[in-house]
Amino acid sequence: MVEADFSVALQPADRAREADTPHSLVVRFGMDKPLPLDAGIDLAPFQIGYQTYGTLNAERSNAVLICHALTGDQHVANLHPVTQKPGWWETMVGPGRPIDTERYFVICPNVLGACMGTTGPASTNPKTGKPWGLDFPVITIRDMVRAQAMLLDHLGIASLFSMAGGSMGGMQVLQWCASYPQRVFSALPIAASTRHSAQNIAFHEVGRQAVMADPEWRHGRYFAEGTNPQRGLAVARMGNHITYLSDAALHRKFGRRFQDRDNPTFSFDADFQVESYLRHQGSSFVERFDANSYLYLTRAMDYFDLAADYDGVLAQAFKGTPTRFCVISFTSDWLFPTSESRAIVHALNAGGARVSFAEIVTDKGHDAFLLEEPELFAIVRGFLEGAAKARGLPPARG
Amino acid sequence: MLMRLKRDLTMAEAARTPGGARVDLLAVVDMVAPGAKVLDVGCGDGELLRLLAETRGVDGRGIELSREGVNECVAKGLAVIQGDADTDLADYPDDAFDYVVLSQTLQATRQPRIVLEHMLRIGRHGIVSFPNFGHWRIRLQILLGGRMPRTDNLPYAWWDSPNIHFCTIKDFRQLCHVVGARMEKSVALDAWGRALRFNAPWWTWNLLGEQGVFLLSRRGTNGTNGAAPSTRAAR
Repeated sequence: MVEADFSVALQPADRAREADTPHSLVVRFGMDKPLPLDAGIDLAPFQIGYQTYGTLNAERSNAVLICHALTGDQHVANLHPVTQKPGWWETMVGPGRPIDTERYFVICPNVLGACMGTTGPASTNPKTGKPWGLDFPVITIRDMVRAQAMLLDHLGIASLFSMAGGSMGGMQVLQWCASYPQRVFSALPIAASTRHSAQNIAFHEVGRQAVMADPEWRHGRYFAEGTNPQRGLAVARMGNHITYLSDAALHRKFGRRFQDRDNPTFSFDADFQVESYLRHQGSSFVERFDANSYLYLTRAMDYFDLAADYDGVLAQAFKGTPTRFCVISFTSDWLFPTSESRAIVHALNAGGARVSFAEIVTDKGHDAFLLEEPELFAIVRGFLEGAAKARGLPPARG
Repeated sequence: MLMRLKRDLTMAEAARTPGGARVDLLAVVDMVAPGAKVLDVGCGDGELLRLLAETRGVDGRGIELSREGVNECVAKGLAVIQGDADTDLADYPDDAFDYVVLSQTLQATRQPRIVLEHMLRIGRHGIVSFPNFGHWRIRLQILLGGRMPRTDNLPYAWWDSPNIHFCTIKDFRQLCHVVGARMEKSVALDAWGRALRFNAPWWTWNLLGEQGVFLLSRRGTNGTNGAAPSTRAAR
């Protein structure tokens, strides 16, 4: 076929159900506990879908918060309820893994604005009984973090042993450390930045325009109109996915090889393997993700500029911070390049923070933080080991 | 490159204590007050930081040029960042550390004077150790062999050496004078890692010391405020 077929079994209505009644733990905050948003609105009621792994110790000192990236969710280390695929960070989180669930109590919330159980545009607006759609207020990374702090209050966790996140997850980690320094003992911002660059905003704008150009988007009212903007969302995903890889990785994986054929078809069919791969990425994404959530979360990333809250001086955000940091970047990441991580390290040094910084050599691009990278695992394990010792947590069993 | 130098020193097994620690590192450790905040510039595989943490309980940080060295350190739980002494020290604020250490690093920098100035700005004290190019064996190799010297501590050929700014103990004293550094303590270690007699005249240090280790502070500041131990010789 010339046009890619992005039609999926799961319809928007199915996803709306996952947004309201997720296959995970969920905490609901009533009208008495509103979430104050940067947009000047109090969001109430609202809910947070989350997963936990391991056991909270008696001192409540071994909690690790995992922050997911743009297209991730709370299903870090369990079978995904929608896709039936393994959790997105099972190589990192689990029994005996670098973030060892036999030692640490791991919490991963779905972020505000997403569609897997935390309130977002796919959730039901209690005022209308219909999905929020574009009536949902525009949210920020700070709002996400504020909501997560309410979750921790609910769980009775005053201070986190550690927190980790890549990409947008790393942005949340940095915001946490600036907003609640006393609540974060150690932090791992991975492939992250304290501000979204012009180039990254540009990529997001292309993605958003692809969604909005889909006639089925209907100004965000596709739930009510029974349509599904899957083409636009798939194209957005395809474009973004390229930015998560690298030229070298694409060449290594696909080169110029043809897909199930020996010669070009002289058509616009997916002749090349790389085309077929991207189409697959597009269609598997629309199955589990809400188009409006994509708009809101990319916007939140675009608005992120941590230094702006501190008169443009990033070091002020971390001045006197007690948190132990481990900043990690990847050589082939051109979306959140090493220079961005270096800027974080400089600011942390200037603020007197205890910081480690490692750049890992890989050709896997931005996505490297999600992939099999033995050096990443060794560094995370070693950093947490050192932090656990400083925190007085018992050593790993045998 | 700093990493390579240290690895070779380690491989040479030159002058180790029965405990296995390098004596030049122990000479540095002896100059650091317990519980101090220390930045080790060119920290290699983190051996000095580990020693400082274990024996002095310091709050230690490191900078290392080689990626392998950094990742090894971080995996050991040390607070180390990947960076270059020549460019990255400028980003540190004044008086951020009690001690800034350049252990076998200064001779591998492009601009030793600027590095030394930053060291004295960032740290209330500086500790510098380096191979003494004025040692008699090196002098003899040039005089008799007519070629660039190679020793256990300096095993490289001139074309692949990371060490690009050699100096003698006498030269280093001159640089300290130029940048306004005060020498609070000095140790010269002989080929066996033994400290030379503290009352020996400077010219013997320059001739017999294979390595020099110096505790510095800014002239005009009172850097000694009970911070440094009075030991002069290495164990």
